Amino acid sequence: MNLNVTMIAQAVTFLVFIWFCKVLIWPHLIRAIEARQKQIADGLAAAEEGKQSLERSAKQADQAIARSRDRANEIVAQADMRASQMIEEAKSAAKSEGERLIAGAKAEIDQEVSRAKEILRTQVAALAVAGAEQILKREVDPKAHADMLAALQRQL
Amino acid sequence: MAAAQELTPTSYIGHHLTNRTISLGESPFWTLHLDTFLTAALLGGIGFGFLWWVVRGATSGVPNKRQAFVEMLIEFVDDQVKGIFHGNRAFVAPLALTVFVWVLLMNAMDFIPVDLAAWFTGNVLQQQEWKPVPTSDINTTFALALSVWALMIFYNLKVKGIGGWTHELFCTPFGSNPLLWILNFLFNAVEYVSKPLSHSLRLYGNIYAGEIIFMLLWMWAATGLVGSVFGGVLALGWAIFHILIVVLQAYIFMMLTAVYMAMAHESH
Repeated sequence: MNLNVTMIAQAVTFLVFIWFCKVLIWPHLIRAIEARQKQIADGLAAAEEGKQSLERSAKQADQAIARSRDRANEIVAQADMRASQMIEEAKSAAKSEGERLIAGAKAEIDQEVSRAKEILRTQVAALAVAGAEQILKREVDPKAHADMLAALQRQL
Repeated sequence: MAAAQELTPTSYIGHHLTNRTISLGESPFWTLHLDTFLTAALLGGIGFGFLWWVVRGATSGVPNKRQAFVEMLIEFVDDQVKGIFHGNRAFVAPLALTVFVWVLLMNAMDFIPVDLAAWFTGNVLQQQEWKPVPTSDINTTFALALSVWALMIFYNLKVKGIGGWTHELFCTPFGSNPLLWILNFLFNAVEYVSKPLSHSLRLYGNIYAGEIIFMLLWMWAATGLVGSVFGGVLALGWAIFHILIVVLQAYIFMMLTAVYMAMAHESH
């Protein structure tokens, strides 16, 4: 255990290493570490921001969906109403058309009936004349009676 | 080993504990322990060179494993200093890192088996005497402790000014009554003397004693089969325990450095 110049040499070496460490090693690495810490902090902040905006978007999307659903319900209801309305219209149109057709048919039938009556009338008259001719045969003057029959025919 | 003379326990231990010296002047003071100086400088060069090499390519993005290791080391030191030293750590933290890395590497030379180291220095470096562990040389530990002590005085003066520091020397810890000035000053004087002594002798004693115990065990191991077995087992236990001592002493030295610097910056 003898103290000598080695101590001074070691002290100088020590100071050189302190300087080396302080100037060339420490600041560079601390800078890198701090830059990374900042990056990480920024990243976390951005993630937080993203999360919040995601929440906002989700809320907006929910609102939009709710609005759309309301609108869709409204449209469906309107469509239902319109459909029943159209059915009613179609029903009433069909009914009136049917009535119209029935009325036309009736009128035609009436016409037919009156025409048939007309024909029948003439034929009945001819038949009656023929019958009367058969019954009265000789005494009857067709000419004198024809006028009478015509008058009768008109009365029918 | 050193061959020519007969190998006795005294010569074995003496051989391992003798420094390789060169003389730079007439008086005994100008003797330089070449082994201590060169080993310490080489270890520091390797350690700090490695750190510098890693740090030069350091990225703030995703670090590779090498950089992550160095960052762990630096953040460990920075955290320790942060817990003790409140203020701008731009000087104290690198100082603590320097102390920790250098002392750790110098202590770690103790891991090399003494006779392996002696074989290497004897046969490869052609040096008969070469102590491989710089911190088992009191010059190294005193150099470190006194440098820290000088920095402590420097920061006392810089932070508190000569008046503030003088006031602190005479008025703390017992109070500013003039009757207590002498007592305060004596107390502080003892403290300022004991700081570098305890700082340096703790490290020196631990490492030196660790080496001596290894040598005693290896001497026992040389006495025969029983000695070999017991010496080997005990040396294994001591080697495992020594891993703790080496790291712990480096850590304590760093922490005390930080504490002394903190005391210099804080007024009571």
